Amino acid sequence: MSTQVSGVVANLPQTPAPSATERLRQLMRSVGMLPVLILLCIGFGTLADGFFSLQNASIVAQQASINVVLAAGMTFVILTGGIDLSVGSILAAAAVVTMLASNLPGAGMLGVAAGLLAGLACGLVNGSLIAFVRLPPFIVTLGALTAMRGVARLLGDDKTIFNPDLPFAFIGNGAVLGVPWLVIIAAAVVVVSWFILRRTVLGVQIYSVGGNPEAARLSGIKVWKVLLFVYAMSGLLSGLGAVMTSARLFAANGLQLGQSYELDAIAAVILGGTSFVGGVGSIVGTLIGALIIAVLSNGLVLLGVSDIWQYIVKGLVIIGAVALDRYRQSGART
Amino acid sequence: MSNDPCPILEMRHISKTFPGVKALKDVQLSIRAGEIHSLMGENGAGKSTLMKILSGAYVPDAGAEIRVDGKAVTIEGPLSAKALGIAVIYQELSLCPNLSVAENIYLGRELRRHGLVDRKAMQAACAGILRRLGASFGPATEVASLSIAERQLVEIARALHAEARILVMDEPTTPLSSRETDRLFALIRQLRADGLAIIYISHRMSEIYDLSDRVSVLRDGTYVGTLERAALSAESLVQMMVGRDLSGFYTKEHAAYDPGRVVLAARHIGDGKRVRDCSFDVHAGEVLGIAGLVGAGRTELARMVFGADPRSSGEIHIDGLPVDVRTPLDAIRAGLVYLTEDRKAQGLFLDMSVRDNINVCACSLDAHPGGLLDRARGKARAAAAIASLGIRVGDARRNVGALSGGNQQKVLLSRLLEIKPRVLILDEPTRGVDIGAKSEIYRIINELARSGVAIVVISSELPEIVGTADRVLVMREGELVAELGGHSGEPIEQATIIEYATGARQTLLAAA
Repeated sequence: MSTQVSGVVANLPQTPAPSATERLRQLMRSVGMLPVLILLCIGFGTLADGFFSLQNASIVAQQASINVVLAAGMTFVILTGGIDLSVGSILAAAAVVTMLASNLPGAGMLGVAAGLLAGLACGLVNGSLIAFVRLPPFIVTLGALTAMRGVARLLGDDKTIFNPDLPFAFIGNGAVLGVPWLVIIAAAVVVVSWFILRRTVLGVQIYSVGGNPEAARLSGIKVWKVLLFVYAMSGLLSGLGAVMTSARLFAANGLQLGQSYELDAIAAVILGGTSFVGGVGSIVGTLIGALIIAVLSNGLVLLGVSDIWQYIVKGLVIIGAVALDRYRQSGART
Repeated sequence: MSNDPCPILEMRHISKTFPGVKALKDVQLSIRAGEIHSLMGENGAGKSTLMKILSGAYVPDAGAEIRVDGKAVTIEGPLSAKALGIAVIYQELSLCPNLSVAENIYLGRELRRHGLVDRKAMQAACAGILRRLGASFGPATEVASLSIAERQLVEIARALHAEARILVMDEPTTPLSSRETDRLFALIRQLRADGLAIIYISHRMSEIYDLSDRVSVLRDGTYVGTLERAALSAESLVQMMVGRDLSGFYTKEHAAYDPGRVVLAARHIGDGKRVRDCSFDVHAGEVLGIAGLVGAGRTELARMVFGADPRSSGEIHIDGLPVDVRTPLDAIRAGLVYLTEDRKAQGLFLDMSVRDNINVCACSLDAHPGGLLDRARGKARAAAAIASLGIRVGDARRNVGALSGGNQQKVLLSRLLEIKPRVLILDEPTRGVDIGAKSEIYRIINELARSGVAIVVISSELPEIVGTADRVLVMREGELVAELGGHSGEPIEQATIIEYATGARQTLLAAA
């Protein structure tokens, strides 16, 4: 306790500005898992032929794109301290809706809007149950995970729905100046998410609700509005993921599509350094996390590792990377 | 005081230092078997700290002497306290509600048969103790289905079962009805007759009168003295509890009591339980103090006015117009803000920057269309607040969690001030801040009052109330019971506040 008494305030020394080591530490904290990603790239680059080719980079980016979109929505949700387990099932249902709508005569492009709206609607239902009925997010989205899988199969009559003349097939297969549309969309989602989180009042409120819900309420923040938004956003982005997947495959199957996608999305968010209890994290981190997962899959395939071992290695890398991060951060705090 | 025949418990030279605070300074306490010994003192006088040392939750500073039955002992932890026969019944009960009464009594030392829990034997053994305590429930009852009073019985049964000889009860009657209180008192007297020593902590003067054989008083972490029952009087106890040095930095600069218009008028605020029918006015440029003991309902009243907790009755007028305050947002829009007493749990976003913490309310008021942050303004606003409130932080992007208590409090305060409030309710504005920050916060309160803001200060520190407030309302058990200062004719004095807050005024009247 400082024992100076009364009014000599203005002349007290200020805490010095952060030193060089402190600044380096802050930089380390903000780049998070980037070193892991770079190390993985260097490793696979030396071990596997053709890893460092433009073509392979394009493949990795395309493989990552749908997970990036889902993980962006998951970032919003986890930043508020919640979880959305239903993204894979919502993606399946929305993909079936997309294909059904695209098969309507003369209104093929409607599929895109139908898929987005279906996803948004599911997200709003999740959000309403969490914000208004105050059910735990884990329970609500666990229920939705199961129920929406059933809905997806029901809507498609439990069959695969095809559309070989898909008017928006370019989304899944086209490219602009060599950059695939899937990658452009994923990049746009990252930019828009970053903008919402960092440049809008809503973004501040999302971090606030995750950091301290009671303080947020006492600060006059409409907590229900924030919760509704993040789950709606997650649903909408699942719908976008559905459009991307079905455009790529010219088909949608309610049983198989999107199985365990929620786990990859959560893994990307956690790898990206977002706190599971909310309030801390960034969309750039999530992007890096999703790229780590994609690079890992791609590199292991190039090395000819069997997919059984791929599962094992991926799981261990996720745990190891987060453990490393924990260790690094506990060293940074004093 | 040390001529006791044979004290069952003697504590001497007990000091306890926390980082930056000396909570106890050379305190002593001597307890006889078969007595009810009350421990009194203002909030923060050190009663809880002393009892936590006794129960092994805290380790005292070097030099402490504790004797049980005349033998020097060291209490290293809860288990060694238990082994010495010391049991503490805390305000927040420590039972597992999902388990049965018997399982709770035996928690941690379950009876076993063939390695399995033997519920039947446990229940049979408990039944006798429960009967002795006059319990109306059996040992197999699930604790969740019991009332608070019944749960206390379970706690006491657990202590007796562990063969406790020194029983500490920390404000046990706070959650009880008057009938339950009577039954508890009968039980406490019975335990005394059985030879237990009971250390009884309470703020309520009438209970102290009813029960105590002796009373010891602590003040500001020091031992003031012990009174025998014969010497007990409300005046002498109040005298012992007050008498703190006012050290000069509580300075009312807005001097003469000349209040402006009524800004906030609260009428019949209540929830039927913790707060009952409270009405008060706050004028422009006035500092209204709300005093009372912990648990008197001050925070609850403030939170109801602010819309943070639901109320069942009451109206709020600001500038003469009725305002429908149901949520904090309603209050903030009407220019009424509230500084929480628990800044870490309910105020700050510890993982967010100082700048974001200051801007979180105000940023939505001056955002660009579409909810885009006006970052330049946010930056300027944070910088201005840091300068004008003297917040010591090098970089506004630092996490607020890294600041000292006083600087954190100023960050929280500046968040509220940035929405230009008409009415400012400050709940324990200087709790946990160092003395320098304290005087700065008083300076800010003074400046705001001079600029015409209507201010309410809730505080458990009497010198703070006396030093800052132009007018004081005293709250006791959910009701506003007295008004001092202003035009009431009664001067604002610590002793008077304590008398009203503890109910001693009534005791005095009854005695006369």
